[in-house]
Amino acid sequence: MTTAATRPASLDTLSWLEAEAIHIIREVAAECERPCLLFSGGKDSIVLLRLAEKAFWPARIPFPVMHVDTGHNFPEAIEFRDRRAAELDVELIVASVQESIDQGRVVEEVGPRASRNRLQTVTLLDAIAEHNFDALFGGARRDEEKARAKERIFSFRDAFGQWDPSNQRPELWSLYNGRLNRGEHIRAFPLSNWTELDVWQYIKREDLEIPSIYFAHERQMFERDRMLFPASEFVPRLPGEDPFPARVRFRTVGDMTCTAGVRSEAETLEQVVAEIAATRITERGETRADDRFSEAAMEDRKREGYF
Amino acid sequence: MTTAAPDARADVLGPDHRSLLRLATAGSVDDGKSTLIGRLLYDSKQTFIDQMEAIERTSRTRGEDDVNLAYLTDGLRSEREQGITIDVAYRYFSTPRRKFILADTPGHVQYTRNMVTGASTADATLLLVDARKGIVEQTRRHAYISSLLGIRHFVLCVNKMDLVDWDRATFDRIAEELTRFASRMGVTDVRTIPISAKLGDWVVEASDRMPWYEGPPLLELLETLEASEPPQHDAARFPVQYVIRPLRDEFHDYRGYAGTMASGVLRVGDRVAVMPSGAETTVSAIESYEAQLQAATPPMAVTIRLADDLDVRRGSMIVSAEHPPVAASMIDAHICWMSERAPLRERDRLVIKHATQTTRALVEEVTARLDVNSLEYDLTASQLSLNEIGRVRLRLMAPVSIDPYAESRETGAFILIDEATSATVGAGMITSGE
Repeated sequence: MTTAATRPASLDTLSWLEAEAIHIIREVAAECERPCLLFSGGKDSIVLLRLAEKAFWPARIPFPVMHVDTGHNFPEAIEFRDRRAAELDVELIVASVQESIDQGRVVEEVGPRASRNRLQTVTLLDAIAEHNFDALFGGARRDEEKARAKERIFSFRDAFGQWDPSNQRPELWSLYNGRLNRGEHIRAFPLSNWTELDVWQYIKREDLEIPSIYFAHERQMFERDRMLFPASEFVPRLPGEDPFPARVRFRTVGDMTCTAGVRSEAETLEQVVAEIAATRITERGETRADDRFSEAAMEDRKREGYF
Repeated sequence: MTTAAPDARADVLGPDHRSLLRLATAGSVDDGKSTLIGRLLYDSKQTFIDQMEAIERTSRTRGEDDVNLAYLTDGLRSEREQGITIDVAYRYFSTPRRKFILADTPGHVQYTRNMVTGASTADATLLLVDARKGIVEQTRRHAYISSLLGIRHFVLCVNKMDLVDWDRATFDRIAEELTRFASRMGVTDVRTIPISAKLGDWVVEASDRMPWYEGPPLLELLETLEASEPPQHDAARFPVQYVIRPLRDEFHDYRGYAGTMASGVLRVGDRVAVMPSGAETTVSAIESYEAQLQAATPPMAVTIRLADDLDVRRGSMIVSAEHPPVAASMIDAHICWMSERAPLRERDRLVIKHATQTTRALVEEVTARLDVNSLEYDLTASQLSLNEIGRVRLRLMAPVSIDPYAESRETGAFILIDEATSATVGAGMITSGE
């Protein structure tokens, strides 16, 4: 036996990230009783679903996928979600924020800045309880946001679904601890070490299909808080917020009420990768209204049990 | 040398073969670790416009004179309130020469377990010392933990040189003391560099205030650091994670063993043993989603098929038949104890997770406890308290296939889990077993 290093320098970054993510997905499937993968039809969850497909091939993905539907999503993303789930022959659970509202579990915000973004947490936690899920895969990355930069790959949630950022479990090497007591669950983030650019480069390498709104297209937009939002029936506009046609693409795909578009001419994957490689603004900074409430908006939402 | 874009390569679509360096900061509280990471990111133009606007706003709101670069990694509300780091933050950046994953770890003794978390996946340690205070107990603790974790490269940054009038003698004294300390732990690659994280001297740019320093700035040093991989022997080890049985018509009798290569190489046709039984068979196929492979090396995640029907399940390990690991039911190991609930005591029962195997462990003996100041082990100790390091002997309920940690991180490491709370309470590094 020698002490020669055998970690090959030849494994390029994407292959290394892919291997790590597959390892994490298999650990969750092996250690947890009832995992579920959160799938929104957005780029990160598309990559996540592909990795899950690879992790268990030639078997089917051994867990359902779930979408928390605010009812205010881009129709393109919903159509994509349904088609992809059918192709993979996986069970698709749709947890509906509208139902939570109808049942009186949450109260809808009113006014021009109303959003169902925060209400999703209640719908999500109710669905976890209803289906007895003990692990949820999410596509969150540490490069997205400063609270996420702190989060473990196996991130523990107590019986109230809450994250306690000042008391996280130690996480050593790649030895993930999936043990839980009743009512607790794990949020698992296989893409923790990926950057936005890695995700796009992977989509390109794997030639993954993504919803059309990720590419430049003409759409009626209006301006608010120096961001461009899609004009839709879900967002009442204030005086002066007149819609106008603009060539945009979406860098993230979330609820229409809080997801802004960016002006872009990128019509192909190659052009999108080139655009992301040169950007000077983070994806959430450029497109997410929900992080602007306070300097710890994401941390506060995550503490409550948000994605 | 530096770049304004996240990916500085000319061809952003091609495979990225730049080497990846995983770094963890270490050192005492207030030695300036987060500020240094912030400075490194800022001066190498790896911060985004909106991130800078946000930390400028935060610094102003909190009434600070300058933009506090530590806020780039101290992202939690309570961290900003207290001006300290509580948990590891991971930052990703790259230069044309190399990609980096930086783990910015906390300095407080109380949060040592979070430092261990960040350091456990690192190739090199960025150790900070406040020039005014010199080497303190936390510096030694972090340096020792880093060496215990198998990190063979230390970059010592003597920080706050602006507060000691850029004094060379101060730097030399600290550099020499740390280098001596590190060599006692077996760490021979120690680079030393005088910096001011707050003002930027010798971080990314050269400094004319310390012209006596002749080495490269920190970033260039990190870009060129020859970080040898973590110690690894070359015997094949493949811990089985998950048994794949499709139960579909077209794959009727398919049975594959999914896992991640831990060390060595496995090739189709290789003679292998399945631990812990040691039963031998042959590798009949190595598969990934894309292809039938001829060989697998770390850290590839693959599925292996065997020629014979043996009892193989999660926790089994497919290994080189020629160089199998020891199937041990008694192990000796170094432990970092991380439980706030109770010390580690003899006769304690815990859950142990090693590779993909989980079983139970009984603490036969707490052999020794480390004194971090003298680096000496107290052989009369019988328990380990929170954040203490020691040596223990564990009796295992089922045999575990081990290698010494010094030869293989993947098959030499384990974690201990509290059965009552399910929390991770110990990090273990195996020295031997039988």
